[in-house]
Amino acid sequence: MASVRKALQSDHAAGWAFAGPAVFLIVLFGVVPIIWSAVMSFQRTNLLNAPEWVGLANYKALSKDPLFKQSVEHSVIYTALFVPISITGGLLAAVALNRKIRGIRWYRTAFFVPVVVSTIATVIIFLWLFDPTYGIVNWILSRLGFGPVGFLESSSGALYSIVGLTVWGWIGFDVIIYLAALQGIPGELLEAAEIDGAGHWGILRNITVPLLGPVTLFLVIYSSINALQLFDEVYLATRGGPGTATYVVVFYLYDLAFNQGVAGYAAAIAYVLFIAILVLTVVQLVIGKRLVHYSS
Amino acid sequence: MSDTRAVPAPSAEDAFRIRVPLEDEEPPKRRFLFSWWHLVLLPLAFVMILPLIWMIVTSFETLNETRTFPPVLLPHSLQWSNYGEVLRQAPFAQWFTNTLVVTTATVAGNLLLCSLAGYAFARIKFFGREVVFLLVLATLMVPLQVVIIPTFLIVKRLGLIDTLGALIVPSLTEAFGIFMLRQFFRTLPIELEEAARIDGASRLGILFKIVLPLSGPALATLAVIQFTWTWNDFLWPLVTIFSPNHMTLQLGLATFQGAHASNTNLLMAANVMSLIPVLILFFVAQRYFIRGIATTGLKG
Repeated sequence: MASVRKALQSDHAAGWAFAGPAVFLIVLFGVVPIIWSAVMSFQRTNLLNAPEWVGLANYKALSKDPLFKQSVEHSVIYTALFVPISITGGLLAAVALNRKIRGIRWYRTAFFVPVVVSTIATVIIFLWLFDPTYGIVNWILSRLGFGPVGFLESSSGALYSIVGLTVWGWIGFDVIIYLAALQGIPGELLEAAEIDGAGHWGILRNITVPLLGPVTLFLVIYSSINALQLFDEVYLATRGGPGTATYVVVFYLYDLAFNQGVAGYAAAIAYVLFIAILVLTVVQLVIGKRLVHYSS
Repeated sequence: MSDTRAVPAPSAEDAFRIRVPLEDEEPPKRRFLFSWWHLVLLPLAFVMILPLIWMIVTSFETLNETRTFPPVLLPHSLQWSNYGEVLRQAPFAQWFTNTLVVTTATVAGNLLLCSLAGYAFARIKFFGREVVFLLVLATLMVPLQVVIIPTFLIVKRLGLIDTLGALIVPSLTEAFGIFMLRQFFRTLPIELEEAARIDGASRLGILFKIVLPLSGPALATLAVIQFTWTWNDFLWPLVTIFSPNHMTLQLGLATFQGAHASNTNLLMAANVMSLIPVLILFFVAQRYFIRGIATTGLKG
């Protein structure tokens, strides 16, 4: 009896009582699906009938699938544009916003607000801004002597239009992270550089940017992960179109799993994407370690 | 469920030391000094805000005004009726209620369950703690797409497909919340808890009477993050909900867009209504939003 009581009062029971419910949910909706998904990628299954074991067939089919190849290319192009544009833009905006002048709160808020605007709202707004016939962007372009441009409705412009609207929605995120980091840079350091005769540009290039190295590395990794997982914007703005012009990896995966019911094949794509993201992250970390210097 | 749980920020502990880039602001009140930076910042801020202004302007136009080129920059009169029309044509109030229910449930669930688990991982030594914690962290690294199909099948087996339960149950605990609160609890001085323990307080008593009251900012940040994730989530509701009456605001808005693609004015009015709650929360709880973003990446 005494030992039962002791066990009940022990840390083990308390620990599991506290963590148990959360851990149960994490296992059920996190760990189990990860393993199940791996198993599924070796099966032929349509979510309805009993799955059939096919070994590596899904992965082999993947390497010969032209639409998968195209989706990968689009994802890579998108990531290669989105990551540098949003991060460089975010850095420049943060530097401009990092000063104590009248109304600075409002300027910052203008950059922050799009971050909380949902994807569907963003897409609806940009479909309208980019409307080929009545859109205000084409009107502005026509006043400047350009256009009209098809934007999301043209195969050549759709992917770039998606880059544009996601940069608008995300740049505030980079600005917030950079602003927080910039405010951590000691003012004396910048003053010293100014006394030594460094100009604005020199200070930015030789002092600010290197000091922001760790934050930039984080943003590069984080933005790349998110860019490779692009889905909502494509689904909502173009459904992968026109034609297959904006098919990206996750859109293709969704299409396969939930429209065509090829779940095993889709699971194989999910795992390839997951591994690609892991590899890219490790590569970025290794390169980053050489380039980025952490202050002690 | 959110697909932004990939990589936590530099370190959650650091994140609490991060400055909130809104608080130190406004310059000392002295004579007016014009800064040339206004000439840079004003146009930039205008470009950022223009899409939202244009959305609001269009939401007050007549259908004919939206079908004019060059665009009508100022509507002839304010068509408030657009908003009424949206409410008549779509179960907006229902979508709003659904989203509110789902959001409230997941925020409450995460605050409670992540507090309990976070505290256990931070302060209680129990069998298997390290392994289980690593498991929790591992799920944080896996993108949503990897788990979405099996999660769908599990939720289907639980009989939750096409119910609000499908949106609530799998999100009652996010690994991120456990991780964040664990990191935060570890920064609190342990002496207070030890003193309470000597006075005979139970673990639960310590958590609720000592630890949580000291954790206001962390809990508020977690609540805001979870709120925004759930409120703006799209892919998971898209996959699990089919009946219009069970849709969330985002999913409903997407179907509304499909049905009224050419009624731009109504679409924009619907859009404005969907944004109002989040924008109000943003302005009320701005510092927690900013901290939430600086901690994690709030964006879905």
